[in-house]
Amino acid sequence: MMDKVRATEARRRAALNGIADRWAALPPWQRLIGVAAFIAFLYYLPLLGIPGLTWLRTDSIDGGNSWAGVLFTCAIYVLVAIGLNVVVGLAGLLDLGYIGFFAIGAYSVALFGSTNSPVVKWMQRTFDLEPTWAVAWAICIPLAIALSLTSGVILGWPTLRLRGDYLAIVTLGFGEIIRIVARNLTGVTNGAAGISAIPGPEGAPSADNKIFGLQDLKPWYWLAITVVLLMVFAVRRLENSRVGRSWLAIREDEDAAAVMGVNGFKFKLWAFAIGAALGGLSGFLFASRNAFIDPSQFNATLSILFVAMVVVGGSGNMVGVAFGAVLLAYLPERFRFVSDYRWVAFGFAMVVVMVLRPQGLIPSRRRARELQDRAKEAKVSV
Amino acid sequence: MSETSSTEAREPSIPRQPGARRTLLEVDQVVLRFGGVVALNDVSFQIHEGEILGLIGPNGAGKTTTFNVMTGVFKPTSGQVRFDGARVSGRKPPEISRMGISRTFQNIRLFPEMTALENVMVGTDSRHKTSVPGALFRLYRVRPKPEELPQVTSDVPLLRIWQQVRRTCAQIFGLSRHILEERAAEKKSLELLQFVGIEGRANEVARNLPYGDQRRLEIARALATEPKLLCLDEPAAGFNPAEKEQLLTLIRQIRDRGHTVLLIEHDMRLVMGVTDRVVVLEFGTKIADGSPDEVSRDPRVIAAYLGESVDAA
Repeated sequence: MMDKVRATEARRRAALNGIADRWAALPPWQRLIGVAAFIAFLYYLPLLGIPGLTWLRTDSIDGGNSWAGVLFTCAIYVLVAIGLNVVVGLAGLLDLGYIGFFAIGAYSVALFGSTNSPVVKWMQRTFDLEPTWAVAWAICIPLAIALSLTSGVILGWPTLRLRGDYLAIVTLGFGEIIRIVARNLTGVTNGAAGISAIPGPEGAPSADNKIFGLQDLKPWYWLAITVVLLMVFAVRRLENSRVGRSWLAIREDEDAAAVMGVNGFKFKLWAFAIGAALGGLSGFLFASRNAFIDPSQFNATLSILFVAMVVVGGSGNMVGVAFGAVLLAYLPERFRFVSDYRWVAFGFAMVVVMVLRPQGLIPSRRRARELQDRAKEAKVSV
Repeated sequence: MSETSSTEAREPSIPRQPGARRTLLEVDQVVLRFGGVVALNDVSFQIHEGEILGLIGPNGAGKTTTFNVMTGVFKPTSGQVRFDGARVSGRKPPEISRMGISRTFQNIRLFPEMTALENVMVGTDSRHKTSVPGALFRLYRVRPKPEELPQVTSDVPLLRIWQQVRRTCAQIFGLSRHILEERAAEKKSLELLQFVGIEGRANEVARNLPYGDQRRLEIARALATEPKLLCLDEPAAGFNPAEKEQLLTLIRQIRDRGHTVLLIEHDMRLVMGVTDRVVVLEFGTKIADGSPDEVSRDPRVIAAYLGESVDAA
C-alpha cells in the first residue's frame, strides 16, 4: 500500500519537474503572457462562474462563508506566508512568534485610525480636535509598516545572536508578550474589549460606504491581492540579488559565510525586519476589513499555522508557500462539514505531507535535491 | 618601492633585511589558551608579499588554530596579528575578509544547496555595496559604459522597439548599481570557475559536485573575495597523486595572479615542491622557519614531525 502511494508520488513529482522545466524553457514573452493570464484569473476569482468550477466556491455548500471573504482571508495569509518565508525559508531563522508582527500591524491601524481607540481619544483631548477626527487610513499604511518593521528590529537586535532552537523559543515568547500586553494595557488598547470602528479606505465602517463596505467583500479581495502581487514583486527582487544570496549563505553555513565577507547580523536583521513588515501589512489589511479586533484573535495557534503554511507549501519557495497558505486557509472553509474535527484532520494531513513529501508540496528545487540526497545517505548508512 | 617605504613608516617594528620583500602578514607572539590548554604558545612568523609559505606540523600542532586566529574566528589571548600594517586581532570575520585575507576549510564548508556559480558569487558580493534599498528600489544610478548598455538584438519588431526603449532609458537615467554589480559578479565568478577548471559545473548544486571539484570550488570562492593573502587549509586532503600535481600547478598560478599563499599541508612532497618558505609548528610552538631544504634538514623538525624516514614521507 505504502509502496503504491510512494510510486504515484514519484511519478507526480517527475511530472511536476517536467512542468517546471518546460516553463523555464519557454521564451520570456510567452512566460510574460502566462503570468499576465494568471494574474487576470486571480482578479476574476471572486466572480468565479465558469461551469464545472463553481463547486470550488465556498458558498456552494450549505452555510458556506462568503466566497470573496474567504478569498480575502487566503490573500492575507499568502502575504503572511511570503513574509515568513523570507525569515524561515530564506534566512533559515525559525520564527514562532510571527503573529506578534501581525498583531502590531492590526493594532497600528486600530489605535490610530479608529475614533473608539483610547489613543485617538487622547490625541483629540490633547490637541483639541473634533470628536470625529482620527488618523487617515492611507497614513496608517506606512505607520503600520514602520511600527512592525521597528518591532522586528527591536526584537531582532538582541535575539539574532541566538541560533536555532533558542531563537524559536524567544520569538514564541514575543508573540505571546504582544498578545498579553494588548489584553492588559487597557488604557491604550481597550484590553479584552477590543477596538471597533477600524477604518477602511473609505474611512470608518458605515452603511454609506460605496465600495469597501461590510456586505460586498470583492473590493477588499481585490485590494488585498494587489498588495500581495506588489509584495511578491518586491521580494522576488530581493531574492535575486546580493541580499537573497547572503540569506541563503547564512542559512547554509553562517560561519563560512562570515569568513567570505557576509555580514551575517546585518542581513539577518534585514530578513527579520522585512518579514515583520510583511506580517504587519497583512495584519493591517485584516484589521481594516474586520473593522473590529481584540487580543483573542492573535493567539499562538496562529503562529504555528503560519509556520505550517510555509513548511507544508515548501520552505524557501515563494510559489510553494503561497500555495500552502491558500490550502490551509481555504480547505477548512470549503469542507465545513469537517470543521468540528478540522484540527484533527489538519494534524493528520500534516503528518501525511511530512511523511510523503518532507520538503513541502511545491519545494524549492534546490531544497528538494538536498532532502533526496539525505534520504539516500540514510538508506546507505542503514 | 614607495609601497615598501610606506609600510615602514606605518610599521617600524618590522625589521627589514636587505633584499627581503614587503611583509604582508605578521603573527607577533600570539598566545591562545582554551582554559588550561595552551593551543598556541608564543608563535611568531611573517608572510612576505608574493611568496608561498607552508605551515606544517604533526596533528594537533596548532596549524588550523593559527588559521583561525588569522581569520578572526578566535581572538588570541595575547599577542597580535598584523596584516598590511593594520591590526587583525579582535576584528570580525567579514571585516578581515574585506582587509584581504581569505581562506578555505579543512573539512569543506561550501553552501551545499546553492549552485557552484552562486557559491562564488557570495564571495564576490563581499566587495559589493548593494543592500536591501538598492536591490528593492534600484537606487544609486550609475552611468553605464557603452558596452554595458542593453543591446538591441531581437528580430521581432515589437521586441526590438522594447529593447530600444530600454537602451534609451539606460542612456538617459543610467543603470542601477545593483544591475552592474550583479553582472560583474557573474562575469568574475564564471572567470574564476574557469580558472580552477570547473566552469562546466557552474549551474550544479555544490553538494552534487565530486569531491575534488568541491575543493576547487572552495578555492574559487575564496579567490572571489579578492584576497591579498589566500590561506589554504589542507587543500590536497583526499587527493590522488595526479590531482595533487594539478593542485600544485593551480597554487603556482594563484601566486602568479598576484596573491600571496599560505599553505597548510601534510603531504611533504607537495609542501617541499611548491613553497618558498616553511614554518614548522609542534605542540603550539614554532620550532623551525626557513627554506624547504633547510627545514627538512633541521634535526628538531626531523625528530618532531618527519620521524626517522624522511624519504618515505
